Amino acid sequence: MLQAILAAGIAVGATYALIGITYNLMFSASRVMSFTAGQLGMAGGVLGALFIGRMGFPVIPGMILALAGCAIIGLVTEFVAVRPVLGALDQHLYVLSTLGLALMIQQFTAIEWSTEPQPFPRLIGIGEGGPFDEKFWLPVVACAATVGGLEYLYRRTLVGRAFLAIAEDNFAARALGLPERNLRMASYALAGVVGGLAGFASGELLLAFFANGAMLNFLGFVPVALGGLGNNRGALIGGLALGLFQQAANFLVGGVFASVAVFTVFIVVLLVAPQGLFGAPPSRRV
Amino acid sequence: MRRALPFFGLFGAALLLPLFSNDYWAVIGARAAVYWILVGGLNLVVGYGGQLAIGYVALLTLGAYTSAVLVAKFGVDPFVSYGAAGLVGAVAGVVVGLPALRLRTFYFAMTTLGFATIVTQVALAWQSVTGGGIGIGGPELPKPFDSPWGFYLFALALAAFVTWLSSNVAQSRFGRALVAVRDAEVAAEAVGISKPHLLTTVFLFAGACAGVAGGLFATLQSYITPEAFSFDLSVTFFIAILVGGRGSILGPLIGNIILTLLPEFAAPLVAWSTFLYAALLLGIVLAMPGGIAAMIDFKNRRPLASNRAILPNPALISGHGTARGDIVLKNVVLAFGGVRAIDGLDMTIRPGEVHGLIGPNGSGKTTTLNVISGYYAPQEGEAFLGASPLPHGAPRARAALGIARTFQTPRLIGEASVLENVMIGATIEGNASFVESVFSLPRHHRDEKHLTAKAMQALATVGLERLAEVRADRLQHSELRFMEIARALILNPAFILLDEPAAGLSGDEIKRLGELIKAMAAQGIGVLLVEHHADLIFDICDHVTVLNLGKELASGSPADIRAHKEVVSAYLGG
Repeated sequence: MLQAILAAGIAVGATYALIGITYNLMFSASRVMSFTAGQLGMAGGVLGALFIGRMGFPVIPGMILALAGCAIIGLVTEFVAVRPVLGALDQHLYVLSTLGLALMIQQFTAIEWSTEPQPFPRLIGIGEGGPFDEKFWLPVVACAATVGGLEYLYRRTLVGRAFLAIAEDNFAARALGLPERNLRMASYALAGVVGGLAGFASGELLLAFFANGAMLNFLGFVPVALGGLGNNRGALIGGLALGLFQQAANFLVGGVFASVAVFTVFIVVLLVAPQGLFGAPPSRRV
Repeated sequence: MRRALPFFGLFGAALLLPLFSNDYWAVIGARAAVYWILVGGLNLVVGYGGQLAIGYVALLTLGAYTSAVLVAKFGVDPFVSYGAAGLVGAVAGVVVGLPALRLRTFYFAMTTLGFATIVTQVALAWQSVTGGGIGIGGPELPKPFDSPWGFYLFALALAAFVTWLSSNVAQSRFGRALVAVRDAEVAAEAVGISKPHLLTTVFLFAGACAGVAGGLFATLQSYITPEAFSFDLSVTFFIAILVGGRGSILGPLIGNIILTLLPEFAAPLVAWSTFLYAALLLGIVLAMPGGIAAMIDFKNRRPLASNRAILPNPALISGHGTARGDIVLKNVVLAFGGVRAIDGLDMTIRPGEVHGLIGPNGSGKTTTLNVISGYYAPQEGEAFLGASPLPHGAPRARAALGIARTFQTPRLIGEASVLENVMIGATIEGNASFVESVFSLPRHHRDEKHLTAKAMQALATVGLERLAEVRADRLQHSELRFMEIARALILNPAFILLDEPAAGLSGDEIKRLGELIKAMAAQGIGVLLVEHHADLIFDICDHVTVLNLGKELASGSPADIRAHKEVVSAYLGG
């Protein structure tokens, strides 16, 4: 049983962490928390099943198409739901605009795809059934690749440093002549790819199901909230911890009470440390 | 009274519905009424308080199951079960709402969403009580409410009652305080509004409404399963409010009716209805953030006179709170990281004196003001009022001590009228409790009369009485400065702290401002004036403190300061 908890826990934990990183990528570029983060994960699974399962593309081209589709959703988020309300950041209009867009994506999928969970094709075919089934380790590989890739991007490339500059101080970065708008769009596209990858890699585990969006929205947000906004390492640790906790509770006390337990822990931690376990409190108000 | 006309129109029309339509419409109409019972309460949370509670379907679920289980398993009277549902809803409303007191908007939205998911899952799993996926029968009402039209009229009456209750709240100091917390939280604290207290009360009210609506919903459906409480329903409630417009009751009422009826008129679109609502939400946010309420707000479309001048009437300043002594700062130190914004400052502000505080940018003037008004806690030293120390980091306690302030950038409540913006200043003077205001009892009316009269006098004092009914975000910058002064004066403060009141004012306006400030001091109010306009300072101040890098550079009468060599070279120039 321990083996099963570990395998499933780390797999879903890696998925939550990836959605957490998706939130962070969008937040760093624009100070906006977007409800579309979870929908991107859902779209990754559904598009993967569509291209590979229904249309019969080979795995690699199918994956590229699915991720490209998610990148487009990311760009649409930026263009439709974020850019128009950036000027009114204080009024939290973005909460409503991204919620509207996220619901549109979800409903569109429910109607045009299916309201029932659909199977996701097997991608490689390793470890049928056991704890080393690909459905358990694919999300982990995807997560490791994303975290490694982002570290490389931020530390070694000029574009990555520009991302960091924008995240650190938007005004100063613009004053230095950084193309803030293009970087923001790039961030949203990248967020789309990462979110899509989360859903694609966990497709065999979570299936291609429209309601995954709302579920990932919440469970992917938990690690961000606990780890602190914009903190990818916090999201990674928080995501894995959440996955293990959830699966352990699942096996020990059953699914419903596992959800209740996750929610309770989430609320209690947030009330005790509203800025997250790894974040710093805001300093000036007046 | 004229404000109530549209409501009478809508409910009157609803009363006529049975005369020319069939039972099918009775069910639709009852549904709209039941939804409104929830939305009317939620409107105070979302529309007035600005708290994005998107998962209110959870409270509807709780109410529905409470009522259904009590009737089916314990044989409780259906009407009593509705009351119990309201009680459960009120408690749950506070539990769901509590995170809002500490968390930021998006976080709160997420927690309500999470709560909604969990309630549905529990309803599904707790089969012994809720019947799980099979469901449970809803409470059946006795005659004459058991027919479709009987239930319709019963729900309609309750809906009208909720409308009345929520508009009573909206037009009380609690409603104004909610909007203040939403649009100008910092200013709300300065006038003594307790956000936790206020929101908890409103969550109780909205939760009770949602619980009762849940009980009625169970009757309306006659059989409930967890599937009946989809998240789409929650979204519909939420969107009805935003489509209707924030800070309005009529708007969301119309929004609720439209959203309930829309699928009936467009049958092919039923599958797409949530998609369309979501698109509507996006469209409203992007194109028309004011919603229906802004569309029907004809009064505020009339252009204002363009050549209006602010003519204060300083003679109207009457009386002041009794000062409990001087405000004294003793060796106050406050550092932000490595920057010592205030570095060992001593200062005394006396009643009846205008005390100027000047210095270059970054010298710690506003920070000093923020220490006195309680936003920052000094790391060393102490601030006193008379003999007792001023409580640290408690801006809310200042209004009761007779200390009022204005802000460097006016903190206006843009969507409220100028009059309401000023009335906010005396929120702590209201005597009526929330319950008295909800039921519009005599003490509530006395409060309103008293506050309105005082606000009008404060507005006349600063010369804005003609703009009392105008929405505050339509005012010019200089008018907003005077409006903030009126908001401070309505409290009859013992001390008034003005943060750059002359910034952005014309020469004439600065002169009138100076006379107004002098009149305040003449009436015994202690004034702390943070300013950059040297002329104004030297004209009206009794005492001037010059700050540089958080330390006192000089202190004395205007004449002393003008002659002070270091001040002249560091700041005044010459």
